[in-house]
Amino acid sequence: MKQVQIIMGTPVAVEIVDREANQKLFDEVFDYFKYVDEKFSTYKDTSEISAINNKKNKGENTQNIFGGMSKDMKVVFELSLETKKITNGYFDIITPSGSYDTSGLVKGWAIFNASNILKTRGVKNFCVEAGGDIQVSGRNEKGEAWSIGIQNPFNKKREIIKKVYLGNNEGIATSGTYVRGCHIYNPKDKNDKLEEVVSLTVIGSNIFEADRYATGAFAMGQNGIFFIESKENLEGYAIDKNGVATMTIGFKKYIKE
Amino acid sequence: MKKIALSLFVIFAFAAYVLYVRIIGTNVPFVVLTPEPNKPKTSLSLPKYGGNTNTNTNVTPKSKSIPTTNNLKYKDGNYIGKTIDAYYGNVQVRAIISGGKITDVQFLDYPQDRQNSIRINTRAMPYLISEAISVQDSNVDTISGASFTSAAYRESLSSALLQAKI
Repeated sequence: MKQVQIIMGTPVAVEIVDREANQKLFDEVFDYFKYVDEKFSTYKDTSEISAINNKKNKGENTQNIFGGMSKDMKVVFELSLETKKITNGYFDIITPSGSYDTSGLVKGWAIFNASNILKTRGVKNFCVEAGGDIQVSGRNEKGEAWSIGIQNPFNKKREIIKKVYLGNNEGIATSGTYVRGCHIYNPKDKNDKLEEVVSLTVIGSNIFEADRYATGAFAMGQNGIFFIESKENLEGYAIDKNGVATMTIGFKKYIKE
Repeated sequence: MKKIALSLFVIFAFAAYVLYVRIIGTNVPFVVLTPEPNKPKTSLSLPKYGGNTNTNTNVTPKSKSIPTTNNLKYKDGNYIGKTIDAYYGNVQVRAIISGGKITDVQFLDYPQDRQNSIRINTRAMPYLISEAISVQDSNVDTISGASFTSAAYRESLSSALLQAKI
């Protein structure tokens, strides 16, 4: 049973294979995504992140801003700081204009938490996807490892250029500049247009890890795939502007079922 | 005779104890690894980055009345949204409705600031495997790609869904 809703400005798809799938489960997951969107969307004036940015723009004391945050906001800010550290500063929620934008991490975090809601409810076989970032659990409808296609960054159709099979509850995330122009920037070099690599897919032990490392490593340009190679439990597939893909050594194990 | 019986009993009891410790010893991790369904799980499959591990069980959205079109019923069919001019190009989407629900959202047009023709380049990266990309058959459960969360995307999509409204 699969359902799609548009939340966070992107299609969120939930597929539950277990026979216990019911509307309540779907609603609970979608409601969680709506809650995250209400809190973290920079597109919404009413969101907590917008309120924080307003305060910041007015020059309010950072200590005051941090003190007034909700628990989840604090968690996301802490995780962002941690991610900045482990990506050597390439992941940063402070945009070039000086405001906070947590979207490089919050989607993966939300998918991760949504998946845990399903696990807590006893669901074993499912797939949660939001805007091309995916967490799988158990097996697909055919009882096989989940098959995921990596989208062709050069084609507007949803064409696939690589198939991977995830059978161990992995998360997979893709960062790229091809869909909405350059939305990731290099915090260390504002003039770096990140034109060399057009797409970087990362497979991790869960979607939170995959998503934050995909964003951070993408900002490293051509060095990103080597950074992923240097990390245990992460594998990657990068596509450059000439259509040449480079994969980490361990990525091979995901290509064959 | 009494001595033999007693020592046999001691040996037997010891063997039973060893067996017991062994079984429990190997079983404990399994018990933890497969927690009972419906029981709020603590931290086993949750990575060590701390935050938000136990909040999963009571994720009551704070504002229940979120203005959203998601719960509305739609007419089945394909609906093409407006072409929206994003600063880096045009964005247009098509929403596919089936059984009253959104089943897919496709791009009809999106900014192409990359060259279309792919030159085959065999420049090898040191020690990592490189290959020219090629199109594969699309028989997969789902697709991973860069996210489409731009304002233009939202606008084109909402115009498509407006047509689908009952």
